[in-house]
Amino acid sequence: MGSSHSMPEEIQELADKTGFTLEQIEHLHRRFKQISGDQPTLRKESFDRIPDLEFNPIRSKIVRAFFDKRNLRQAPDGLADEINFEDFLTIMSYFRPIEMNMDEEQLDHFRKEKLKFLFHMYDSDNDGKITLQEYRKVVEELLSRNPHLEKESARSIADGAMMEAASICVGQMVGPLWVV
Amino acid sequence: MSLEMRPVPLAERLLVLPVALAQEKSSGDHTAVSGPHFFQIVSFKWHHVQEPYIIALWILVASLAKIVFHLSHKVTRVVPESALLIVLGLFLGGIVWAADHIASFTLTPNVFFFYLLPPIVLDAGYFMPNKLFFGNLGTILLYAVIGTVWNAATTGMSLYGVYLSGIMGQLDIGLLDFLLFGSLIAAVDPVAVLAVFEEVHVNEVLFIIVFGESLLNDAVTVVLYNVFDSFVAMGADNVTGVDCVKGIGHVRIIEPGFVFVISYLSYLTAEMLSLSAILAITFCGVCCQKYVKANICDQSSTTVRYTMKMLASGSETIIFMFLGISAVNPDIWTWNTAFILLTLVFISVYRVIGVVIQTWVLNHYRVIQLEIIDQVVMSYGGLRGAVAFALVALLDEKKVKEKNLFVSTTIIVVFFTVIFQGLTIKPLVQWLKVKRSEHREPKLNEKLHGRAFDHILSAVEDISGQIGHNYLRDKWSNFDRKILSKVLMRRSAQKSRDQILNIFHELNLKDAISYVAEGERRGSLAFIRSSSTDNMVNVDFSTPRPSTVEASVSCLLREKASSVCLDMQALEQRRKSIRDTEDTVTHHTLQQYLYKPRQEHIHLYSRHEIIQNEDEKQDKEIFHRTMRKRLESFKSTKLGINQPKKLNKSHKRDRGQKRVRGVRLGPFTQTKDVEFSDPEENYESLHMDKGVDFLANVTKQNCTDATSGIDNPAFSADDDQSIYMKFPPWLSDEDSVVPSQRARVQLPYSPNNFRRLTPFRLSNKSVDSFLLADGPEERPRAFLPETTHM
Repeated sequence: MGSSHSMPEEIQELADKTGFTLEQIEHLHRRFKQISGDQPTLRKESFDRIPDLEFNPIRSKIVRAFFDKRNLRQAPDGLADEINFEDFLTIMSYFRPIEMNMDEEQLDHFRKEKLKFLFHMYDSDNDGKITLQEYRKVVEELLSRNPHLEKESARSIADGAMMEAASICVGQMVGPLWVV
Repeated sequence: MSLEMRPVPLAERLLVLPVALAQEKSSGDHTAVSGPHFFQIVSFKWHHVQEPYIIALWILVASLAKIVFHLSHKVTRVVPESALLIVLGLFLGGIVWAADHIASFTLTPNVFFFYLLPPIVLDAGYFMPNKLFFGNLGTILLYAVIGTVWNAATTGMSLYGVYLSGIMGQLDIGLLDFLLFGSLIAAVDPVAVLAVFEEVHVNEVLFIIVFGESLLNDAVTVVLYNVFDSFVAMGADNVTGVDCVKGIGHVRIIEPGFVFVISYLSYLTAEMLSLSAILAITFCGVCCQKYVKANICDQSSTTVRYTMKMLASGSETIIFMFLGISAVNPDIWTWNTAFILLTLVFISVYRVIGVVIQTWVLNHYRVIQLEIIDQVVMSYGGLRGAVAFALVALLDEKKVKEKNLFVSTTIIVVFFTVIFQGLTIKPLVQWLKVKRSEHREPKLNEKLHGRAFDHILSAVEDISGQIGHNYLRDKWSNFDRKILSKVLMRRSAQKSRDQILNIFHELNLKDAISYVAEGERRGSLAFIRSSSTDNMVNVDFSTPRPSTVEASVSCLLREKASSVCLDMQALEQRRKSIRDTEDTVTHHTLQQYLYKPRQEHIHLYSRHEIIQNEDEKQDKEIFHRTMRKRLESFKSTKLGINQPKKLNKSHKRDRGQKRVRGVRLGPFTQTKDVEFSDPEENYESLHMDKGVDFLANVTKQNCTDATSGIDNPAFSADDDQSIYMKFPPWLSDEDSVVPSQRARVQLPYSPNNFRRLTPFRLSNKSVDSFLLADGPEERPRAFLPETTHM
């Protein structure tokens, strides 16, 4: 923690950019160091250090989301190999709770950002659309801990859900139209 | 119910004769019928053994009453068990009093602290769900310690204040007495609370908070009580600030070192050193839970559990007996309206205030917020019980002049809270919940996405690390894994618990799938039928199964209405359109298989019974049925190729799962235990002559395996057994399964080149055998069997 104490302006910048408070940033920094093993950057493998995450069926998607350049606001697509603390914070900022003092527009923007994050998670080929295939993949992953569930069952579940969504809006799910 | 059956026959046999003697004695006291010679012998013996006999008699009666009580489930749902015990105590007290006109017993500190209290506390600690408890430890500690202190202090002070105002009339009480009283009346009783929560089905966070609080605040109360007691003993003048601090300091001392000693020794040792014995025994129980189960065999483990329950239940019973007896004893009855009423008012009000304030503070730190309904339940569920009464009965009359007043008040408070609040809390909660919940069935999308969100959230929680908890926990589980487990658990238990668990899970999931497939074949789940029939199971299901067996399972499923929704409804719904069926099945399948994030577990704890997971019985039933079915299919379709039985060292099929568990399982090659060779290969292979017999034996063995703790968490997705803390249904990283007899049995080697059920492994990561075609899966015949040790 000594390093960040000597650079309060940087922290302030981070705080402004991501909306976290100083304590939160410090806490996350500690966590970042713990996960990365005191390295300056995180790689995908670093997330293996978190034992609880092993049990999560959509773990790969979640970890991937951390490296997704769209979420990092660096590029329209692609995956980064490693992320530094600032990127880490950027991703975490998607999960900030809604604060009371936000106005309508901020709230709207905030919500959109969150939705976009989720959308990116589902949209694995980065084309801005969620096709049936991708949707199926998500469902399969959710059910993936069960090795015996036949693929057909998972597929039919995904189809059913897609049809349900189709009754609300037609065709592929495109980002702005995606109704949850 | 089975719990109660055991002590009864024994006790009955023991007591048949003495009961007769006792009765004769009581009547003998009042009449001079018997001759002096006979009378003297009897009386001498009676006095000699009076105490234990009466206790045994009471326990016997209480057990009988409990049995009768549990026979009627309607009553159990409405009336909490503590209420019954109190009534029973009253009743018995009435009898004893009528018979003897004396209060035959007083509760001495020794008896209470050394015999009655430890079982209760140990029982609670032993059955405490570990992860949940430690995960919420901060909250629990806050409520337990600060909440209790707050309650005690405020109640005591307010009563004192009111006393000063003179409403209560002339009483010989000082401030310290009031504080003492406040401290003992603040003890929320875990038993009464849990008896209520069992039925109310609150979410697990609330449960563990209240449970943990009630448990820990027993400790706090006792410590406070001792502190104030000694203050009272010293006299009000001599109390100084230093003493106060010293007294409070006791509360904070938890000696983890004692935890690993045998429970009772730990308790006594702590008593010796004037440390907090109750906490010591609690944590001893918590640790014992894990290591004891792994180290001892099945029967012993069960014995330990049942014994603990029995002891705790017995202690509780005795304490309530005392309560009842004291209640009917007019000598000690002192009524002071103002005092009693005010006590009731104060404890309720202050509890509510305390809960609200603490929740408000806590919600700033907690990820999972505690809502209004939780707070209501927590405040309203503050029932006082046995411990409070026991403590008040222990008061020394010389030091506390108004002991009788306190006793009477406590009795009334206990009665009131248990009976009134106990009876009304369930309707209250239901009313509140009904108001808040919507009854709209969530759409598929909502379910899916909702679940995805939960996962994401819990992942982010993990990544972000909740306020240092995870860090400590990680450290602890590392330590535990590397050192403690190796030292304290049998090696076989360590290795086998995970693998066998997985195998069982696979097996039973497999059963579930084949069951669904069955139903599909019967035409009702048409949409599941896939075009590629290679994927379907190869066992010939066309052999007629006894329909009775199926009917029984379906009845079982229907009436239990459990978390397993194996689409029995779908089988009935031939009349409905395909669409509806699809939907229902989809929803059901989803509900069953959709992986649950780790926070959704309901824990059932009961002081009075070990709750057999209903699903377990049902799972066994399904399991046996499927086994039988397979045997039949073998017999009818075997191709006549006999394979010799061979021992088998099989590769762990589901390496994906294995890897997922991280470092927990050692590298696979080290395992020497026999595991099931790929079970479905066994069952789908159509040429197992000896295999058939073998399986028949195994099945028979299994059927008699009543309490081996076969754990089928796949089906218990929603419910959990009290002693198990489960993670996702089919992956538990706690040792919830002791390898059953079945697991130790070796299965015959199953040869290759047969078709098998190949559900696709949905995750790309694992090298699951199911995915691979026959080629790589061919096991070389030259595979040498390894001996097993287990």
